[in-house]
Amino acid sequence: MDTLLLSIVTFVPAMAALILLVVARGEDAAAGLVAKRFALVATTATFIISLFILWQFDPSDTSFQMVEEADWLLGLKYKLGVDGISILFVMLTTFMMPLVIAASWGVNTRVKEYMIAFLLLETLMLGVFMALDLVLFYLFFEAGLIPMFLIIGIWGGKERIYASFKFFLYTFLGSVLMLVAMVAMFAEAGTTDIPTLMIHEFDFADMKILGLHIVGGMQTLLFLAFFASFAVKMPMWPVHTWLPDAHVQAPTAGSVVLAAILLKMGGYGFLRFSLPMFPVGSDVMAPVVLWMSAIAIFYTSLVALMQEDMKKLIAYSSVAHMGYVTMGIFAANQQGIDGAIFQMLSHGFISGALFLCVGVIYDRMHTREIDAYGGLVNRMPAYALIFMLFTMANVGLPGTSGFVGEFLTLVGIFQVNTWVALVATAGVILSASYALWLYRRVVMGDLIKESLRTISDMSRRERAIFAPLVVMTLLLGVYPALILDLIGPSVEALVLNYEMALGTAETSTQLAASH
Amino acid sequence: MIQADLNIILPEVFLSVFAMLALVGTVYTSKDRLGPLLVWLTAGIMALVALAIASTGSGETQVAFGGMFVDDGFARFAKVTILFSAAAVLVMSEDYMSRNGLLRFEYPLLVVLAVVGMMVMVSAGDLMALYMGLELQSLALYVIASLRRDSLKSTEAGLKYFVLGALSSGLLLYGASLCYGYSGTTLFTGIVAATAESDISVGLLLGLVMISAGLAFKVSAVPFHMWTPDVYEGAPTPVTAFFATAPKVAAIGLFARVLHDAFGNVVGDWQQIIAVLSLLSMFLGAFAAIGQTNIKRLMAYSSIAHMGYALMGLAAGTAFGLQALLIYMAIYVTMNIGTFAFILSMQKDGKPVTDIASLNMLSRSQPGKALAMLVLLFSLAGVPPMVGFFGKLYVLRAAFDAGLAWLAIAGVIASVIGAFYYLRIVFFMYFGEEQEIGLDVSKSPVMSSFLMASAIIMVVGVANLFGLEGLAAAAAQTLVQ
Repeated sequence: MDTLLLSIVTFVPAMAALILLVVARGEDAAAGLVAKRFALVATTATFIISLFILWQFDPSDTSFQMVEEADWLLGLKYKLGVDGISILFVMLTTFMMPLVIAASWGVNTRVKEYMIAFLLLETLMLGVFMALDLVLFYLFFEAGLIPMFLIIGIWGGKERIYASFKFFLYTFLGSVLMLVAMVAMFAEAGTTDIPTLMIHEFDFADMKILGLHIVGGMQTLLFLAFFASFAVKMPMWPVHTWLPDAHVQAPTAGSVVLAAILLKMGGYGFLRFSLPMFPVGSDVMAPVVLWMSAIAIFYTSLVALMQEDMKKLIAYSSVAHMGYVTMGIFAANQQGIDGAIFQMLSHGFISGALFLCVGVIYDRMHTREIDAYGGLVNRMPAYALIFMLFTMANVGLPGTSGFVGEFLTLVGIFQVNTWVALVATAGVILSASYALWLYRRVVMGDLIKESLRTISDMSRRERAIFAPLVVMTLLLGVYPALILDLIGPSVEALVLNYEMALGTAETSTQLAASH
Repeated sequence: MIQADLNIILPEVFLSVFAMLALVGTVYTSKDRLGPLLVWLTAGIMALVALAIASTGSGETQVAFGGMFVDDGFARFAKVTILFSAAAVLVMSEDYMSRNGLLRFEYPLLVVLAVVGMMVMVSAGDLMALYMGLELQSLALYVIASLRRDSLKSTEAGLKYFVLGALSSGLLLYGASLCYGYSGTTLFTGIVAATAESDISVGLLLGLVMISAGLAFKVSAVPFHMWTPDVYEGAPTPVTAFFATAPKVAAIGLFARVLHDAFGNVVGDWQQIIAVLSLLSMFLGAFAAIGQTNIKRLMAYSSIAHMGYALMGLAAGTAFGLQALLIYMAIYVTMNIGTFAFILSMQKDGKPVTDIASLNMLSRSQPGKALAMLVLLFSLAGVPPMVGFFGKLYVLRAAFDAGLAWLAIAGVIASVIGAFYYLRIVFFMYFGEEQEIGLDVSKSPVMSSFLMASAIIMVVGVANLFGLEGLAAAAAQTLVQ
């Protein structure tokens, strides 16, 4: 069926941004309110249209669906499509954006530009998840840096300039290497069409460069180039250091987008490119990646334990949770990858909600220091309840979506590498410690701080923002099949292709050796 | 025979005659008062000539004066780019020049003569024609660099440019004489025949190196770049805008022509030279621009870096590499025109300023201009989805296909370093402190429209680059047989 549904979903926010840019005038509060309402309507409309994608999607079909294709420059194509792996990220994006806009109601400086930046960002993020052309993917992937750079730099906190430059240059350096790899793939395979590249067999004969013996040859090099980009984006230990800075300095809505959606691009990239296109390279590098994930889980949990800034604590916890994701992906079996995708979605809701929780009290007290709070439960019972729910979900309590993802990835990794599984499971205990300790220090106890005596509980707008997140976290926690049925067939096909490719690679290597 | 030859060089003849008639006319009438009119008239005529060249181009290669002058697709592509950018820069300079009392009637005429020189350069089929075009261009440029006679810096710029330019001309001439001595001809076709067996005598090789050095000076490739920042800073801003656009296209076009037409059989011998020039230019441009506080100096280093990327396309030594080079140059010129339109409109208390810090919080006082500049800066940095990214993509692909993967990797790393200083300008425009307002609101519609048009092209061009790809491919094909 030939529809333009995907293009429409992708470009509705951009069109809205354009309208805001051209039509909206004025700097006063009234003009700001108009911009906010307009952005909210636009993102909600995008979400509603995107529901049609979900409705038309056939989970049993593992190929790309609703594909749109048009010729572009240099033999490239404008090609969009979704499959079981990408569709939920599309939905996550369209679902989160109205909440993000609603959470920005308190922004009072340069409201119009703020909304334009977020609307453009939504288009670019959707493009990343739908693009079926290497360069088109890169274009969306990189372009997302521009609005995020501005969001952190203009509306961020005190150290915003350092954070925004670090964010931009770090991720830019990661992704230009990917660009070179893409050019190399283009040169070798003669196409940038992602579905074609997924079945193209890149050369994996061992090679020597500058005296270094490279196992897996070309595939390993390409894998490393893509890894440079996705690992920074994820972010994986030890290239995660931009994230705490960016998170702490970004405005609340920026942190939510960063944690809930932008970080997922790395994981999505591993699933879309690394595993299917460079199976041998992935296989060669998997042990390294697994141990990096284990270190990330353990080490960043410890770091999170000692943070004094709430946002920083949650940022480090994000790094730890992304460790489960990379671990699940490179376990490369059905449970592992199912779990990784599930974990990414669930982390999208949970970490988004946690940053919103911080935002709620930051808006009132203008500080993120944990020490500045304590005993909030006395004045803010509703807040205490919601914060508790998401704290528990972050810990991975059964019944919340956090549990399913962690459990599945751990099951997946246990079949591959029990030592990594052991370290990662120990990390679960640490995550309970930092999360519960944070909760204890901020919410429990007596209200002794003078400044907190007049703090008010959540407003109706704030509760409305949390409601969908609460529903999703609990729903996915008790009924994970909702997600697993959608992604299952595509993941199965991915794992099958991966193992087949490894199998043929092994036979051909053996043949070459016997001759 | 002469009749046919003259037909081929009709555009050059027409422009030269126009320049001389206008010179005589203005000298005997009202001199500088006619300046503004003359600027517009010249720009209009150059645009018309560009349109004529673009529309009459039949695609076939024509040769005049026994091979000294070649009119092919490559030359036409370069000429159209040169003429349009020169016309645009002239129109932009009118307001600035008359505000600062610099609008002498010689200015547009010298620009026309320089442009004629450039047109000869990109059409040269012979070492003599090459030198003639180059000198016609350079002499006109030396004069307009020191157009602000009572300014120390401007005079210094002109003198420095002249002395170093003379040195490079000397190198080039020496190389040319070696080539003549070892091949017995000054015609490119003859030199190519002398290297038919893909082996090159030491004398010719030395000639090749000398000519390359001379031309590298003209494109301001490292290590022959030293004049660029001083000349860019010292020359009046419109002249700087001119330096950054048309002469660069001409010089790199000439470079491509010499290397492909005269030394096309020995690609391996010059590929490494160009690759090293490219590598050094990209990195020096990126690093040296970081510390700059003057936006004109910054643009000088930026143009050095950009020439590095363009040379990457040339280093590939293939038809695709040339196509990438032409596309890169066309995009580069468009970006620079927009950026300089912005720089020309920078003023404080009615006086032009070039300090980057004066851009503080421009996004507050002039949101539209700041946004357009933001787009241009990201495009210059090569960040998608701006068109500047595609320029880089083409040259990277070309370098990779030619087996220069190391150069491609170095190029992208340099682009990350380079991104920093473009971001720094964004930082001043958007992240600065609220209290200080840097610049006056300038009300020049010409400048704003060039700035906006250039920014819009950078975004909209992503769809298909306005058909540039096919044109550049056809043009590149004529040079590489």
